[in-house]
Amino acid sequence: MIFGKKHGLNERLLTFRHGVHPEEYKELSDHCAIERMPFVEMYTLPLSQHLGAPSRAIVRKGQEVRRGELIAEPASFVSVGLHSPVDGTVVSVGLVDQPNGQMAPGIRIKTDPYSPQRMAETSIPDPESISVGDFLKAVQWAGIVGLGGAAFPAHVKFSIPKDKTCKYLMLNGCECEPFLTADHRVMLEYTRDLLDGTRILQHFVQAERIIIGVEANKADAVAALRQTAVEMNFPVEVIPLQVKYPQGAEKMMISAILGEEVPSGKLPIDVGALVTNVGTIAALSQYFRQGKPLIERVVTVTGTAVKRPANVLVPIGTPMREVVDYCGGLTSKTVRILLGGPMMGVSQKTLDVPVVKGTSGILLLTDREVQDLDTYNCIRCGRCVDACPIFLNPARMGAMAKQKLWDEMEALNVMDCFECASCSYVCPSAIPLVQSFRIGKSMIREKKAREAGK
Amino acid sequence: MSERLSISTSPFLHAPSTTPRIMWEVVFSLIPVFGAAFYYFGLSAVLVSLAAIAGCLITEWWLDPRHGEALKDGSALITGMLLALCLPPGFPLWMAFLGGMVAIGLGKIIWGGLGQNIFNPALVGRAFLQSAFPTAITTWDLPDGRYLGPRGTNLALPLWQGTPVDAVTTATPLAKMKFDHDPTRLWDLLIGNTGGSLGETCALILILAGIYLIARKIVNWRIPVAILLAVVLPTLVLYLIDPQKYPSPAFMVLAGGLLLGAIYMATDMVTSPLTSKGLWVFGIGIGIIVVLIRVWGGLPEGVMYAILLMNAATPLINRATRNRVYGH
Repeated sequence: MIFGKKHGLNERLLTFRHGVHPEEYKELSDHCAIERMPFVEMYTLPLSQHLGAPSRAIVRKGQEVRRGELIAEPASFVSVGLHSPVDGTVVSVGLVDQPNGQMAPGIRIKTDPYSPQRMAETSIPDPESISVGDFLKAVQWAGIVGLGGAAFPAHVKFSIPKDKTCKYLMLNGCECEPFLTADHRVMLEYTRDLLDGTRILQHFVQAERIIIGVEANKADAVAALRQTAVEMNFPVEVIPLQVKYPQGAEKMMISAILGEEVPSGKLPIDVGALVTNVGTIAALSQYFRQGKPLIERVVTVTGTAVKRPANVLVPIGTPMREVVDYCGGLTSKTVRILLGGPMMGVSQKTLDVPVVKGTSGILLLTDREVQDLDTYNCIRCGRCVDACPIFLNPARMGAMAKQKLWDEMEALNVMDCFECASCSYVCPSAIPLVQSFRIGKSMIREKKAREAGK
Repeated sequence: MSERLSISTSPFLHAPSTTPRIMWEVVFSLIPVFGAAFYYFGLSAVLVSLAAIAGCLITEWWLDPRHGEALKDGSALITGMLLALCLPPGFPLWMAFLGGMVAIGLGKIIWGGLGQNIFNPALVGRAFLQSAFPTAITTWDLPDGRYLGPRGTNLALPLWQGTPVDAVTTATPLAKMKFDHDPTRLWDLLIGNTGGSLGETCALILILAGIYLIARKIVNWRIPVAILLAVVLPTLVLYLIDPQKYPSPAFMVLAGGLLLGAIYMATDMVTSPLTSKGLWVFGIGIGIIVVLIRVWGGLPEGVMYAILLMNAATPLINRATRNRVYGH
């Protein structure tokens, strides 16, 4: 049992079993107030910035668009709207670079340099007086997706199946990835938006408990949320959690706070929980109260390879190079560019890609943090077994992966692995465990798809 | 600049501990243990250690397909050191060298090298020596303060045993207890002033080394704790029934190779189970077998066989103590 004294919290800290303690590196940027990124000349907006069907473009080359104007509409239920981040002119509707390194359909917009960039006036429905269906549709067309990194359309998550009830509305303010501080700053600076967004969502889901889970290294956010909740007379429980990776995984947060496990292959709603990132909820309020669809997000730009680490409010579509230059540019020692945190982020080969809705952080690392380690045989130390938050046996699965025994891996429940990378992090022999599980999972999925096709 | 960027997949951070670092820390922790052995047995202990270590390193270098690469991880050095610690100080050097060769060759390389073996390599070497040279390995000298001269038997020519002409031989505390019901004073056991193998003498240093390794998270505390509990509790019951006939729990823990085995041999990561539950089963199994052999068996000491038997059971224990996967 761990008390939060070290963090200035005089209470017991909840957590899940297993997990790892990577160095946090949050001090680089956790004190940096959110700054607004100046407008740049050109914006690139891939049509697929979320999980699900790509949005359908509704603008033509040469068309003038206003800031906040819809430029692509949802193509199906699991799809969202996309809006122009600036007043400007559409210069192309075609293939654009996207952060995964591939070209994909997208829209490029040239900024009108003489525009004051005020938000286009639109009529936003009052969320307290519309039906659930209209609410979900509004969220979908506002382009709101989960801002924690996965970019899952928010309205899909907010759609509670008829046979399920939402007992616990849980806000995820763990931000357990090292380096990232965007959610931390959102909780400190957009506290009212965040609680107001929660109130809007609560109006529709009618949960019994409203819980905000925050890792104890953000004690100031815990205090700010509690105080503002009292001021707003809104009954939320702000629960500090132990600083441990991957505390911010939905399943781990549910285990820590509710003491329940989400059954394998099911969703949090199957245990009555709706878990959503704090930034997403702040965006919900900013849409309904200020009329701002999801056209910008807070991005942590950090790492020892950037001159001036910062938390920046970046219009979606801004080239990453512009964002990094705004933060003083790279130092010559840069060896890795990552999108997201160091545990689950994706490495990039270029900064010439745009910030998208799922970009929670741009991480610029030197060889101080990233070491190329020699790989050794598994010495069966069991550290991966003690790290795995869902109690898999990574050592054994790794041995199976080496021999391409996908069926055996499936029998060892590799499909339950959510790729938090704790196993690879602790492995003293530097065996690429989670890396091989990603391959194994896709092989198993492929095989299933083939069999289903027969 | 961009050509210096490399692409790989997450995670990009790594815990400070690496396999060579674990191995070298074990080597480091063994230095005081050897210090005690050299203090009590002098030059002969140094020679036996060097012979066993040389046997291991040369075999590793010779049989390693990457010729010498494998030496860098330090594991062969540990095997040699551990083998030396369970040999008597007057042991013929050629036998110690041969034991090292068997430990690495048959105990490790033949299984596929580091991490692939089922049995603790040092104990494989020791078991080979025990069956090949039963007399030499049970001839014990008293620590007698003769530091500089090697014992006569040390320098026996290969294939010869040598005769202990000039040394005062003794029985180990366990043998005295088993065959003569003559318990050694606990204080002598604690500081190591008894006959025995190089690493079986000074209990105090072994305990300190164990605490260090546990604090550094290199030894999983569950193994030594389980072994000690499984030895102490049954022994305590027997001792309370008949203190004349049965040894005291403190004697059982401090005498012989129990501490060496519990701290350095059973805790070998490669040959012990993966799960916490499994480690308890493994340790308790070793403790019970030790008591069975020492109290009712034909041999005075049973730590080596207890660990080897439980090594064999490890795959089974792993299977039986699988964790329940989250959400299943």
